[in-house]
Amino acid sequence: MFEAFHDQKMMILFGSAILFLLVLRAIATFLKSRSDSDSSRATVENLNSRLRAWWKMCFVFILCLLFGRITPLVIFGVISFMAMREYMTLVPTHRSDHLTLFWSFFVIMPLQYFLLGMQWIPFFVVVLPFFVFTFIPTSIAIEGDTSHFLERVAKIQFGIMVSAYCLSHLPALLFLRVPDLHGHNARLLLYLVLVDQLSDVLQFVWGKLIGKRKIAWRVSPDKTWEGFVGGVLSATAIGAALWWVTPFTPLQSAAISFAICILGFAGGLVMNAIKRDIGIKDFGVVIEGDVGILDRIDSFCFAAPIFFHIVRFYFSN
Amino acid sequence: MNNGIHPLANLLAAVARGISGIQVQWAGCQPSQKQRIYFANHTSHLDFIVLWSALPSEIRAKTRPIAAKDYWEETAVRRYLSERVFKAVLVERSVLGKPKSPDHSKFASRSLIEHLTDALGHENSLILFPEGTRGTGEKVGTFRSGLYHLAHRFPQVELVPAYLENLNRILPKGEVMPVPMLSLLTFGKPIRLEPNEDRDAFLERAREAVSSLRRIGSA
Repeated sequence: MFEAFHDQKMMILFGSAILFLLVLRAIATFLKSRSDSDSSRATVENLNSRLRAWWKMCFVFILCLLFGRITPLVIFGVISFMAMREYMTLVPTHRSDHLTLFWSFFVIMPLQYFLLGMQWIPFFVVVLPFFVFTFIPTSIAIEGDTSHFLERVAKIQFGIMVSAYCLSHLPALLFLRVPDLHGHNARLLLYLVLVDQLSDVLQFVWGKLIGKRKIAWRVSPDKTWEGFVGGVLSATAIGAALWWVTPFTPLQSAAISFAICILGFAGGLVMNAIKRDIGIKDFGVVIEGDVGILDRIDSFCFAAPIFFHIVRFYFSN
Repeated sequence: MNNGIHPLANLLAAVARGISGIQVQWAGCQPSQKQRIYFANHTSHLDFIVLWSALPSEIRAKTRPIAAKDYWEETAVRRYLSERVFKAVLVERSVLGKPKSPDHSKFASRSLIEHLTDALGHENSLILFPEGTRGTGEKVGTFRSGLYHLAHRFPQVELVPAYLENLNRILPKGEVMPVPMLSLLTFGKPIRLEPNEDRDAFLERAREAVSSLRRIGSA
């Protein structure tokens, strides 16, 4: 049960990540004692909230390494469930959609993880989109209420795609057969999470340092062109430098990291647009005083599937 | 049965908490052993059990729901749940009074008052849904007069308003299958019947006390 821990390269990287978190924590504590204005306090709080999420991610990662292949399925199944729960709670659904929502939670989402668990990868990548596209509108139509039909269908479809389909591509990385990795697939997951999260936080940091021109300020007031370019480039550079844990060459690793950064940005932006539309700041508003799980994993929504597909097409057999 | 709670009641409470992902906020008061009547909006079969499970267990053991006799005596399962598991105080809906009906004096019939006095005892609390029936969740309906009579008859008992949010989407009236969304429960500041306050004014104020606790807004 501890095979994954014998993977030296992975352990070096993971250990460094933990060290890095400890250093960040020390910095956050130091900054907190020094911060005297509201904006600096808000920045420190942003860092602290990210740190809390990262410790949780480390914990999830360790659990995934522990007990073979069933644990990641269960853990990510629970995460998907929680994400979908937050989404459906805050997106106004219609009374007539009750049964459709019931099927979404208890059949459609588990189905995705079942397909993954059976390692039917070709089915895993196509069944859910097709099912969601056909079943949801049919089920709503059978219910007989056609008011705002398309809108209601779209809301539910998007929720399932984000929380069940897209997220399930994170544990799916553990199920790919990549010859160069000799079964050390946890590295892929670690690589994706590192690059994606670094891109997210570096965009924030660059934005704070030199950010001027806003991107889509109506959606995300914090996002600036300077932050975006600085964050994406620096995270891509770090991603390229991590090629030694991956089956990629340094150049490939740079290109793949770049794709992760761009799609991570897009995922965050889209989820922000949804939050604006509903009129909330964080999906966690139902959880007193904390950001929700969807707020923390929004940048994986689009990045995880693209990374999965790149590895599957070019590096697995 | 060490503290008087039926094991099935604890099990169902745990299940209800899981399904409803309830977040409890004591906004207007703190949990207390004082005798209380909790009154809340009613939109779902989960309402009572969720509210009940949100109370600390020593208080829970002494808190009983007031429920409609006609509904809860209809089948064997409902009767078992209401009488044995939750020790509900079953009352006739008609007796609890229609909002504007002149026959509310019936409520004061000696047997019912005795029934409720017994149920309250010296240390028990009650849970009441004064709308009398489950609504759609868009707004809190008019309160029936039962709450007024209880306030009148038991002035020493604290009346605690509570708002249950989103349970109408988790298990709405007429559905059997729950959708596990998240929900909120907010306890407000206790109210009391003011001297010379008439029935309708009090009931409207009580209704307002409940609906003002809404946090997210209409779903």
